[in-house]
Parts: sequence; C-alpha cells; structure tokens
Amino acid sequence: MQLEEEVEDKFELNISITNPEKVGEFHYISPFSTTLPMFRSKTFTVRRRFSDFLGLYEKLSDKHTPNGYIVPPPPEKSIMGMTKVKVGKEDNSSAEFVERRRAALERYLQRVVFHPSLLQDPDVREFLERDDMPRAHNTQALSGAGFLKMINRATDSLSKMTIKMNESDVWFEEKLQEVEAEDQQLRKLHIMVDSLVGHRKELSVNTGGFAKSVAMLGSSEDNTALSRALSQLAEVEDKMEQLHQEQAASDSFCFAELLADYIRLLGSVRASFDQRMKTWQRWQDAQNMLQKKRETEAKLLWANKPDKLQQAKDDITEWEAKVTQYERDFDRVSATVRKEVLRFEKEKACDFKKQIIKYLESLLQSQQQLIKYWEAFLPEAKAIA
Amino acid sequence: LPVPASEKHLHSMMLPAVNVDLQTDATLQVDISDALSERDKVKFTVHTKSTLPNFKQNEFSVVRQHEEFIWLHDSFVENEEYAGYIIPPAPPRPDFDASREKLQKLGEGEGSMTKEEFTKMKQELEAEYLAIFKKTVAMHEVFLCRVAAHPVLRKDMNFHVFLEYNQDLSVRGKNKREKMEDFFKNVVKSADGVLVAGVKDVDDFFEHEKTFLLEYHNRVKDASSKSDRMIRSHKNAADDINRIASTLYTLGTQDSTDVCKYFLLVSLPLQKIEARVAADEDLKLADLLKYYLRESQAAKDLLYRRGRALVDYENANKALDKARAKNKDVLQAETSQQVCCQKFEKISESAKQELIDFKTRRVAAFRKNLVELAELELKHAKGNLQLLQSCVGVLKGDT
Repeated sequence: MQLEEEVEDKFELNISITNPEKVGEFHYISPFSTTLPMFRSKTFTVRRRFSDFLGLYEKLSDKHTPNGYIVPPPPEKSIMGMTKVKVGKEDNSSAEFVERRRAALERYLQRVVFHPSLLQDPDVREFLERDDMPRAHNTQALSGAGFLKMINRATDSLSKMTIKMNESDVWFEEKLQEVEAEDQQLRKLHIMVDSLVGHRKELSVNTGGFAKSVAMLGSSEDNTALSRALSQLAEVEDKMEQLHQEQAASDSFCFAELLADYIRLLGSVRASFDQRMKTWQRWQDAQNMLQKKRETEAKLLWANKPDKLQQAKDDITEWEAKVTQYERDFDRVSATVRKEVLRFEKEKACDFKKQIIKYLESLLQSQQQLIKYWEAFLPEAKAIA
Repeated sequence: LPVPASEKHLHSMMLPAVNVDLQTDATLQVDISDALSERDKVKFTVHTKSTLPNFKQNEFSVVRQHEEFIWLHDSFVENEEYAGYIIPPAPPRPDFDASREKLQKLGEGEGSMTKEEFTKMKQELEAEYLAIFKKTVAMHEVFLCRVAAHPVLRKDMNFHVFLEYNQDLSVRGKNKREKMEDFFKNVVKSADGVLVAGVKDVDDFFEHEKTFLLEYHNRVKDASSKSDRMIRSHKNAADDINRIASTLYTLGTQDSTDVCKYFLLVSLPLQKIEARVAADEDLKLADLLKYYLRESQAAKDLLYRRGRALVDYENANKALDKARAKNKDVLQAETSQQVCCQKFEKISESAKQELIDFKTRRVAAFRKNLVELAELELKHAKGNLQLLQSCVGVLKGDT
C-alpha cells in the first residue's frame, strides 16, 4: 500500500448555518467567511431551502459516486430519523427539531467543503455563492423511506451479485467487512442513546414532580429547621430537573446526532465500494465481449467469409480499447476508493474525538453544577435540630 | 452475616430518642444475625442477647418467617393495653418478584448478547437482588429493635415467645374470610376515623397533632410515591447508560484504531456515573419516606384509638347522666364511666409522650438522612468530576 502524502492546504473556509426563518418554507441563512481565492468575495450570506441541500447532494452524488468518491449525505426529511422510535412529542415546528435540522445541515455543508475534491466542484461554488437557487426537482425521492432506499441501493446490488469478485486486493474485502460491522454497532448504539434520551426526559419530569411534593411536605412539617431544609431540598431537586433536561439535550445533540451522521456516511462508503464493484463488472463484461468477438473472428476465418471479417476485426479493435479503458477505470476508481476511505477514517477519528470531548465536557459541567447545589444544601441539612 | 453498612444505616435511622443507644442496652439486644432466601420465602435468624430473668439463656437464636413478624405486630395492635402507644409499623413483605423476573428474562436473552454483556448484566441484577434482600432484612430487624427499645412493648409475652420459642409458631397467613373481616374492619375504622376526627378536641396538643398528622401523612404518601417514580426513571436511564457503556467497550476493544481508543475512554466514566447515584438516592430518600409513611399511619392509628376512647368516655358520661336521672343502674353506669375515664386518661398520657417522641425521632432521622444524602451526592459528584476531567485530559492531550 502506498502512503500518499497529504498536502494540507492551509485555507480558511468558515461555514455556519444560522437561524432558519419561515418564509413560505424554511430558509436557512448561511453566512461564512473565506480566504480562498476562488470565491468572489471574502464574506457572504445566502439563503437556501432544505430542498436545495438535497438537490446539491443529488448533483454531487451523480457526478462523483461513480468515480468512487464518498459523497456526504444530507439529513433526512422525516422527523423519525432512522430508528423509527418516537421520542416524546415532536413535530415539524418544535424548537428541538428545528435546531436539530439546522445543526445537521451545518455539519453536512462543512463535510462537503472539507472534501478537497468536492470543494472544486462548480455546483458547490454555486450553492455557496449564488443569490437565487432555482428549485431542485426530484427531491421527492429523497424523502424518508425513499432516501434510505437510495443509500441502501448500494448494498442491495452488492448482495445480489452472483459473480464473486476475484479480489486481487484483500484490503477492500476486509475494509468492507469492517464497515458493515461498524454500521451494525452504530445502529445498535443509536437505538440505545435514543432510549436514554427518552428516559432522561422522563426523569426530568419525575424529578420536577418530586420537587413539588417535597416542597409540600416541607410546608406541613412543624419543626422549623426541618421545614426549611425540606424546602431547600425541593429547590435542589428543582434544579436537578433542569440539569436532567439539559443532559438529555446533550445526549441527543452530541451523541445521537453524531451516530446518525455516521450511519448515513457509512451508507455512502458502501456506495463507493459498490461503484468499484460495478466498474470491475464492466471490465469483466468487456473482457467477455472481447473474447466473444475473437471467437467470431476465428469462426469467420474458418468459414472463409472475408466480407464479414473486416467487421469482426473492427469489433475486436473496439473492444480491446474498451477493455483497456475499463481496466484503467477500475484501477482509478479502486485508488480513489482507497484514498477516500483513508481520508474518511481520519475525518471520522477527528469528528468522534471532538464530539466525545464535547459530550464528556457536558457531563463534567453537570457534575460541577451538582456539587454547587449540594454544597449549598449541606449546611441547611446540618442545621436541623 | 455481620450487619453491613447499608443495614446499619437503616437500623440506626430508627432510634426512638436521641439519647437511647440501642447498642449499649445490655438488658435486651435483638438483631437478625442471618437470613436465607429460598424460592418463595425468607428465613430470618433472630438473635437475642439478654440479661433479663424471663429468658432461659442469656443468648439464643430462632428462625422466623415474615408471617410470624406480622402475627407479632397484629397481636400488639389488637391488645387493648397498648392502645396508648404508637405500635412500630410491621415490616413490608419480602418482594423479590420483579428482581426474579428480570433475572429470568436475562437468562432467556442470553443468546442475543455477548459473553461480556451477559456477565455484566447478570452481576448487576444479582447486586440488585442482594440489595433488596438486605433491605428486607433491615426492615425486619428495625421492627424488632423498635419493640425491644420500647419500655412497655419489650416486656410483652408474645414478643418473648417470638424471640425464644424455637419451634414454628404455626401462624398461618390469614385465610380469605379473615382477610375480608380485616377489610371491613378497616372500612368501619376509616368511617369512624372521619367521625372521630370531626369532634374538636378540648386538648390543644391533640387537636394540633390531629390536624398536623392528617396533612403530614398525606404529603409523605405523595412524596414517597413521587420519589419511587423518580427513582424508577433514574434506574431506567442508568440501565441505558450501562448498555451503552458496554457496547462502547466492545467497539473499543475490536481493534486499536484511534476511534476505538476514544470509545474505550468514554465508556469508563459512563459506567461509573449513573448507577451508583440511583442506588444511594433509593436508600436515603425513598426508604426514609416509606418508613415515615408507615410511622405516621401508626401515629394516626394511635390518635384514632384515643378518639374512640374519648367517644366511649363521653357516651359513658351521657349514660351515667341518664342513669342518675332515671335512678336506675347508677352503680353500673358509674363503674362503666370510671373504666372509660381511666382508659381514656391512660391513653392520653402515654399518647402525648409517644407523639413527642415520634417528632423527635422524625426530625433526627430526617436530619441524619438528608445530611448523608448530601454528603453522598457530593462524594459521587466529586469522584465523577475527577474521572471525567482525567478522561477529557487524555483525549485533549492525545494529538
């Protein structure tokens, strides 16, 4: 395996997506700044619809997936996401859902521009710069089930392959197995984290209920110091209700969303492997066709039909060229897939590290708050006489 | 089985008065030295040390089951002599159903999880079972200790038989008819209770206590059920976190890539954080509230008995007036009135002291538990904080 030196272009391209506003449908304003010379200006802001993001993905996927690139997928249209588990009352307009979608779109766009090849794509430039985007069509296919179906198309065709690919490089086979195993684990984790979010929200509500009943108990207690301590306890439990709520949000935004992103991304990874298989298949088919043409030529020589011979010879030349071309394509796509996977894994390590740190820091903050609250309460409890 | 820390807590929570030290009262010391959990029953070894002449030996043990504790409690309740005391509440029935069910489910689902996950879950469920077991032992012990510490109840004949008689007491559980009788008795009692409670008491102390206890009992009941609910959610969340931590650990040990390292690192604090806190809250707050729910009911029952005695006394007064007016059966009415008067005054006198002791006990128990709760929460939060800080430090330092 060749170690490819990655020249990291030191450039700046800060993208963020802020406050969506409802103008007919949701428009997302994405201000960003850049030092890259290829953009017209240093800072600019554009408005995009959710369907524009989906349209961008479609364009990029059509162009680059066949060449083995891992094209980052956008978030789903549906509320349910991929686990089909309803966590509490959520609707299209809930603040939580809006925020979740905004953050997901931001991450999506950031992944696209951080991809060195995709950044060069004129469609990406247009998306970032153009004032008015024409409505993207054919994004119906990208809603809910249709979306997942498209991503999983790769795996469907993969499993339907009856011809076992003569794998010259075991790296690809091993990698694909790794990807599939990881996909399973991440899906399992995602379901568990969703369950956790639900239980934490429940805990928050029940803590609030408990806080109120402790307050009531305190007010009926006839020992003054105990009564005061109980009402202080009620306040602490009230603050815990808030803490649990915040923690549930962190579970969801840091953890669950990270997992969801990577489950989708792994789908794109499998798609690129599938493309490589397809190019291999095309090469094999071409080789078979060439063989057939050669047999035809041989038959014609035997049968001594000189008039058809020229056609046969032309066919052979044509297919020889195709075989050469398709072999080159296969090699090129293989190299791209390999490079892409390495890039993806590096990005993934970075991403996970960042999010895990963020998640741990949120847990850390919770503990610090807890310490504060209980330290304030302890003297009240000790004062009971 | 030496009294473990968790039981010690529960045990000393119930000290009747602050200056009565159960441990140094050499005349009568009772504890549960061992317990055995069988299929559908628990066998408690009740161990007694006593210098009292009533007992044949100075130290002895018997084996008792839950029903025998209930028999003893009910015998106190039904004894007219003890009408003026707060009868220590009976210990709740040992209930391992939920825990057993979980263990069974785990066994059924063994095939669907890794060996590590299975072992871990099994350990946890076993720990849960053990915790419930310890708690039921503690509750039964506390009941006996309260009786042993009570100046009057400790002398009770049935109590001595319970402690000493080394055969089965043959107290069967109540049959259906008896349960129905109990049910109706309670219905009548509560209707009566409303009636009696409606009569304004001449004595300010008791009037205040009545109002106070009625409200307090209801609020403790509400707080107890809300705390149970909160703890259940906490346990659910903790279970989720444990499962997540296990999965992260499995993912993390698959190979030595960076991402796997991160998974391993984050699984460690997750495993520690939630489960402990849920268990300790359970012990402190929920048990405290549950116990005072039963105690406040026992105090209410005392007030009810006094109220009944008052009604009887007032009725006897009325009967005496009537008898005097008709000049018929006056002596009989006088005797009856005197008996009622004595009974009422006896109950009132001991009841007053009992209710004052109850308050003292309650305040002391709440103080002890609230302080311990706060200290435990702080200990865990600080431990968790350290663990999280070191994990974050490792992650940030790892370039």
